[in-house]
Amino acid sequence: MVSATVAALAAPLAQVQLRDRSAGDAGCVADDGFCPGWIAENLDRYVDPLLQHVYLVLASVAVGFAISFALALYAHRHRWLIAPIVQVTGILYTLPSIAVFFLLLPLTGRGSLTAIIALVAYSLLIIFRNITTGLDNVPEEARDAGRGMGLTDRQLLWRVELPLALPEIMAGLRIATTTTVGLATLAFFAGAGGLGEQIFADINFKSNVVVAGGLAVLLAAVLDAAILLAQRAITPWTRARAT
Amino acid sequence: MTPLAFLGQFGEAIQFIFEGQTTREGTQVGGSQFLELTVDHVKLSVVAMVIACALAIPLGIWLGHIRRGSFLAISASNVGRAVPSLALIAFFVAYLGVGFTNVTLALVLLAIPPILTNAYVGVTQVHRETVDAARGMGMTEARIALRVELPLALPLIFGGIRISAVNVIATATIAPLAGVTTLGDAIINVSGYGDVGRLAAAISVAVLAVVTELALGAVQRAVTPRGIKLERGGRARSWRSNVSTKIGRTASP
Repeated sequence: MVSATVAALAAPLAQVQLRDRSAGDAGCVADDGFCPGWIAENLDRYVDPLLQHVYLVLASVAVGFAISFALALYAHRHRWLIAPIVQVTGILYTLPSIAVFFLLLPLTGRGSLTAIIALVAYSLLIIFRNITTGLDNVPEEARDAGRGMGLTDRQLLWRVELPLALPEIMAGLRIATTTTVGLATLAFFAGAGGLGEQIFADINFKSNVVVAGGLAVLLAAVLDAAILLAQRAITPWTRARAT
Repeated sequence: MTPLAFLGQFGEAIQFIFEGQTTREGTQVGGSQFLELTVDHVKLSVVAMVIACALAIPLGIWLGHIRRGSFLAISASNVGRAVPSLALIAFFVAYLGVGFTNVTLALVLLAIPPILTNAYVGVTQVHRETVDAARGMGMTEARIALRVELPLALPLIFGGIRISAVNVIATATIAPLAGVTTLGDAIINVSGYGDVGRLAAAISVAVLAVVTELALGAVQRAVTPRGIKLERGGRARSWRSNVSTKIGRTASP
């Protein structure tokens, strides 16, 4: 199994047609069934699409977070900007990602870039909203105490407001990440590969659909748990309060 | 040559939507045929939404009223988000086969979580004192749920319907994978339409989603009880932040 994976990585087998179902239990495979034997022998086919998927999600959420964070900090000082930003990102959020992929094709061409632009556009509203709400929910007393200690506005933001807003910011990041994992299954329409391409390649074959779809759900769960663990690690005080 | 030439491919696509063209095989695509696709697209989405609402709203209100099942109501949303729509459709195709019923079922499953969660959160957000007052006035539990909690939860319920409707319209685009013709036909069966037809479909789906969002937003504002508008000071559109942070907060320990 390990040697098969290594071989798959050495010579990219991603191009191999999924319809080529020579391996595994022939009868079950011919019936489009759910065949553990076939799955065990063909898991390596899903490695490259999974890695592509991870790349799309991490890149999109990272860029989406950077943009939303900058917008939210700016809007925190210029509050009249919040409503228009929410409206614009709300429209981006409403546009179906599959439509955005095709709308971008004439402008940015096929490839990961097109997919990532669309996925970033989708994540902006979720992350921006949560950062803004998190900052708004900081107790006024905490701000006053910080000011009383002589903190400048900048120090207040980074040492008081942002740490207190972290749980909500991380919650937004989790929602954005799991949503992006789902949307990235459509990224193959933009030529960016991912697990969706595997699903699409042989949509009648139960084994294929279960493995590719299952990996996508698993990826969402793993990333969600990872962000949750990171949140616990960087906000130890929330646990201290709970116990 | 054409009035929309300055838009390049986008101009051609818009022209395709309104006037259509004849393919090499002699079939007519675009124009009136696109209108039919749009009708099919809307029909599929509406059927799925009606079923999803009929199931999720009563369940959400009931769970909210008895203040039980928060785990089910909240985690439905989290799980629903994690299951990709393509995987859901593919799962139905592989196990149940193609066809209108199966695609509708998949879309119903997709639409239920946001409606259920919002109905639940909407009802549980109703002030305890309000419910106690209603009970003190001698209202039965059913009347409290329908006359007090439902109206006060309506804005959030419509928020959920908005999220689901847009999501269902987006996902109906890949319904042709399961043998149901929608606007996505031009995207999935690209050979018959060409790049311009595909772009035209993308524009149509995007417009359809935005129009739905705006229309349901207007309905949402219309059904918001005056008391809630006053309480919020006119910020009638804060449902999104309410829900997203609520769910996030509930999900994190």
